[in-house]
Amino acid sequence: MFVSLMSVALLVAGAVFFLAGTLGLLRFPDVYTRLHALTKADNLGLGLMVLGLMVQAESLAAAGKLLFIWLLLLAASATAGQLVASWAQGKGIAPWRG
Amino acid sequence: MSLLPLAIDLVLALTLLWLAWRALNSPDLFRAVVLFIALGLVLGLVWVRLDAVDIALAEIALGAGVTGALLLAALAKLQPAASQTDELQTAELQTAELQTDQAAVMAPIALRLFIALLLLAFLAGLGFAVWQLWVPAPGLSNLVEARLDESGVAYPVTAVLLNFRGYDTLLELAVLLLALIGVWSLSTAPHLGDEEPEPALAALSRLLAPLMILVAAYLVWVGAYAPGGAFQAGSVLGAAGVLLRLSGWRLSLSATGWPLRLVLVLGVAVFAFIGLAVIGFDQPLLGYPPGWAKPAILAIELAATLSIGAILAALFIGGRP
Repeated sequence: MFVSLMSVALLVAGAVFFLAGTLGLLRFPDVYTRLHALTKADNLGLGLMVLGLMVQAESLAAAGKLLFIWLLLLAASATAGQLVASWAQGKGIAPWRG
Repeated sequence: MSLLPLAIDLVLALTLLWLAWRALNSPDLFRAVVLFIALGLVLGLVWVRLDAVDIALAEIALGAGVTGALLLAALAKLQPAASQTDELQTAELQTAELQTDQAAVMAPIALRLFIALLLLAFLAGLGFAVWQLWVPAPGLSNLVEARLDESGVAYPVTAVLLNFRGYDTLLELAVLLLALIGVWSLSTAPHLGDEEPEPALAALSRLLAPLMILVAAYLVWVGAYAPGGAFQAGSVLGAAGVLLRLSGWRLSLSATGWPLRLVLVLGVAVFAFIGLAVIGFDQPLLGYPPGWAKPAILAIELAATLSIGAILAALFIGGRP
């Protein structure tokens, strides 16, 4: 009972991060701030969801695989964010100021 | 709580249709490609919901991943040519758009309604026909289950792909090879300069490439008793090749001659050789002698994985070295 409650709480928290990230992606003014919203949501939202699923995992190996997925996504998401940002900078897109 | 799965399925189905419509309808090609990749990912989820994990893996790896990369590569090749003639074209495009707009207005609304109704009726008829077909029949799965022990593997999908219907898989490999020969006969590979890759991308590819090779090996091996196999593993290898290429890694010149070509044809060659050699052991074409199915399938799958990975990466590079 405690485990499933914790799982639900973590999954909902993850979903909130995804929702906030999506909102930021749609509403933020320029590419850099949108990237900020997107990568934060990806990393933290998925991290919380993975945690929520890990507490329910049947075996240590399954939990390890889930953790591994999150670590891989962290690396990929950080790199993709960096690539998009440096492309935008190369194009001369100035960061948004107030 | 049985409403929840239904709600998830409905959301997936509607998202799929919406993505397909947007991808077809988008005037911006880059956006269309990105939407297509998203479509592939959602389609993968749909296959998971239908309990077809094999197709889901193939759809996400090949349909979304590799095809997406190929489409983006093709788009990048279209772009420079497009930007040169950009100003000319925008003027032409605008007039063309004006004309099509007028044409659309001029087409009588009754005719368009009639065609729409006709198409809707056709759709309804098709849907009805498919609905009528839908009797939950086991198909050939009973037959496969009954003879799974003879196949050399413990997973029915792999048994069908590599043993019972090996013919199809052999021809699929040949088609892939033919596609590459077609691409190679059209052009040489673009010569990329020695520009430094993004440091972050280079670091990521150093981290991921060995991991992807490991995953590919795992996928081949696990195909004997769980979802996996040569095509999924090959597409992971191909993706590793694409990533390495993007981060500035080049095949050394001495390897682009016959060693590369050997790897490319290895899958078809090994498959065809084993398929023909069994005739010498009083077996039909592509029929493995009793007891030899497992090693034969393993050899074919390993060779096919290498070839599929090499072919997909070579298709992404586009052009003979």
